[in-house]
Amino acid sequence: MLWPKLARALFAKPLTDEAPLLPRETIQALGERLAATSRARLGRSLAIREVDSGSCNGCELEVNALQNVAYDLERFGLRFVASPKHADVLLVTGPACLNMREALERALASTPEPRWVVAVGDCAVDGGVFKGSYAVENGIGAVLPVDLLIPGCPPSPAQLLEGLLSLLEAEAAKK
Amino acid sequence: MMGPASELICGGYPQGTQPYERFLLSPSAWGQLPAALMQEPAMALLGIWADSAQIHACFLHESSGEAVLASTPVTGGYYAALSPARPGAVRFERMILELWGHHAEGAVDLRPWLDHGRWPLRHPLAAKPIPFSGEPPQPEFLPVEGDGIHQIPVGPIHAGVIEPGHFRFSVQGEVVVRLEQRLGYKHKGTLSLMFGTSPRAAVRYAARLSGDTTVAHSWAFSAAVEAALDVAPPPRALHLRALMLELERIHNHLNDWGFICNDAAFAFPHARCGFLREGVLRAIAAAFGHRLMMDRVLPGGVAPDIAPRGAEAILAALDAVEAEIPALMQIYEAHASLQDRMVTTGFLRPELARGFAAGGHVGRASGRDFDARRLPQNHPYPVLAFDVPVLEAGDVDARLRIRVAELGQSIALVRQLLTNLPAGELMAPLPVRAGEGVAMIEGFRGECLHWVRLDDGGLIRGIFPRDPSWLQWPLLEAAIEDNIVADFPLCNKSFNCSYSGVDL
Ligand code: SF4
Repeated sequence: MLWPKLARALFAKPLTDEAPLLPRETIQALGERLAATSRARLGRSLAIREVDSGSCNGCELEVNALQNVAYDLERFGLRFVASPKHADVLLVTGPACLNMREALERALASTPEPRWVVAVGDCAVDGGVFKGSYAVENGIGAVLPVDLLIPGCPPSPAQLLEGLLSLLEAEAAKK
Repeated sequence: MMGPASELICGGYPQGTQPYERFLLSPSAWGQLPAALMQEPAMALLGIWADSAQIHACFLHESSGEAVLASTPVTGGYYAALSPARPGAVRFERMILELWGHHAEGAVDLRPWLDHGRWPLRHPLAAKPIPFSGEPPQPEFLPVEGDGIHQIPVGPIHAGVIEPGHFRFSVQGEVVVRLEQRLGYKHKGTLSLMFGTSPRAAVRYAARLSGDTTVAHSWAFSAAVEAALDVAPPPRALHLRALMLELERIHNHLNDWGFICNDAAFAFPHARCGFLREGVLRAIAAAFGHRLMMDRVLPGGVAPDIAPRGAEAILAALDAVEAEIPALMQIYEAHASLQDRMVTTGFLRPELARGFAAGGHVGRASGRDFDARRLPQNHPYPVLAFDVPVLEAGDVDARLRIRVAELGQSIALVRQLLTNLPAGELMAPLPVRAGEGVAMIEGFRGECLHWVRLDDGGLIRGIFPRDPSWLQWPLLEAAIEDNIVADFPLCNKSFNCSYSGVDL
């Protein structure tokens, strides 16, 4: 039966992990980027649109895992949305595949300013193992203006969370 | 037992591929193959690929589980198409034309597939690729006729955190009349990156063909190399490979179980499966140092060894999964609103599953009883006890039930493997020499088939990694017919085909 389980869960201790400690340098770098681009503030909540520009799908697995109850993203004001039109952050995985270039450009054009572009995984950072292939333009920096790099193959949910929270911190620091 | 197609193939010149022979057929003998295949339905086509001069195909005798390969030279840019006899050949023939420039004569369909007209060259794997520049052409879709039909284009970017691909639905009211897929958005030129490298360097591409299947593809690639070089990995390495393969099956099946329920807007199983899976992934990270076990299976063996407390962590995580399966299944079965969405939805006819030689949960939920773990060369499985669940119902519910049944089997397998883990070496040395090998390893989606040819310097001169999704994607087009559009996410998730795995 489902209802007794749900009722018990109300009184059980939470399954959620502690929030991670954030790297000072990353926040500072992001803060400087904010100041330099004199971007308007987004506030203490970010809507994230994930776009796969040609990953092996390993990065998707970890972005999906980030949404499980152990990480409980919404307590930080982070949530994934279905359209770039509703997004503050474009979270891009995979190398910049030539066959995805137009779709990436359109996704960026549909994302309202102010916005962040985050490259997730070694492929998105610089092409990863696919660097130099005739079918990719290496990292997604070739197509999109990238604000934050989260390397790893794939980066773990904890690393992803750290990166996303750094964006929020940088926003908060810029008063 | 040998039908006309088998006889035709075995009449060719043996090429010394291990462990299944590859026969070279003259173009005229190959030309008779489609007709012979029509008369021998039990000869399943597992894949077709090419090199700059020849076409290669892999077949499976459904009754004996024995595979055999056939090749033919390409003459004047042409070879006889197999698609008139085997529908599964269609996408391979489209891919061969684009990557190698060889035309399948008499093919059912040769429209562009992977090449969207955006690469700087055409036929990238041909002996001489042709530079290309110009406007990418508009994709062509098959015409649909009927009253009040309209089209819904979806993708390449989808609403969820999933891989990109384009779906073109032709619908009449709420009902899907035809679905056509257009993939290739993730084409990364993987094969060209593997050419000319050593097996040790190339395995990282096999590991990244489809990240969720990283263990199975790394193993299939490594096993093909080992067959080519006649190398036997040490027993401990084989046990650890099987351990990782089952853990990969467990975390993916848990993921799919949750997501399928979520696509019917039933969030509870999704939350629980996600949490249980996270426990499994953390245990895997403790045992193998990587949550998805990427780059752990290498040609010759495995590296690194399982961590000292890894076994305990894995067993504890699996105990938690096993303890909750009955309760989750009971909730799944007790909710009429959920059952209503699952049962009879996305029905895949058993004849179609057989006709396409669909592997994994797609095939086994529609009565096709094949599992590469039962092949005699796939050690250590011959000494392990496990069942392969098979159902006939062919709907979303059946595909989910196959996964849940396999979860139980895989948990039992992990326990057997951990109790009987042999001591000893993890890696066998690889000699540097020529050879050709083929291997099939059962990933969570079905069998991963890899073919490798090495030259005298031990470098890769021929390669084809065939993800099971090649033979499952076309069946999704069939399974969705006459279902309502709103049930597409459910059907899609119940198949869960890999985009990256077929986009190469
Ligand atoms: S970074 Fe690694 S996991 Fe992510 S898409 Fe690239 S190869 Fe896959």
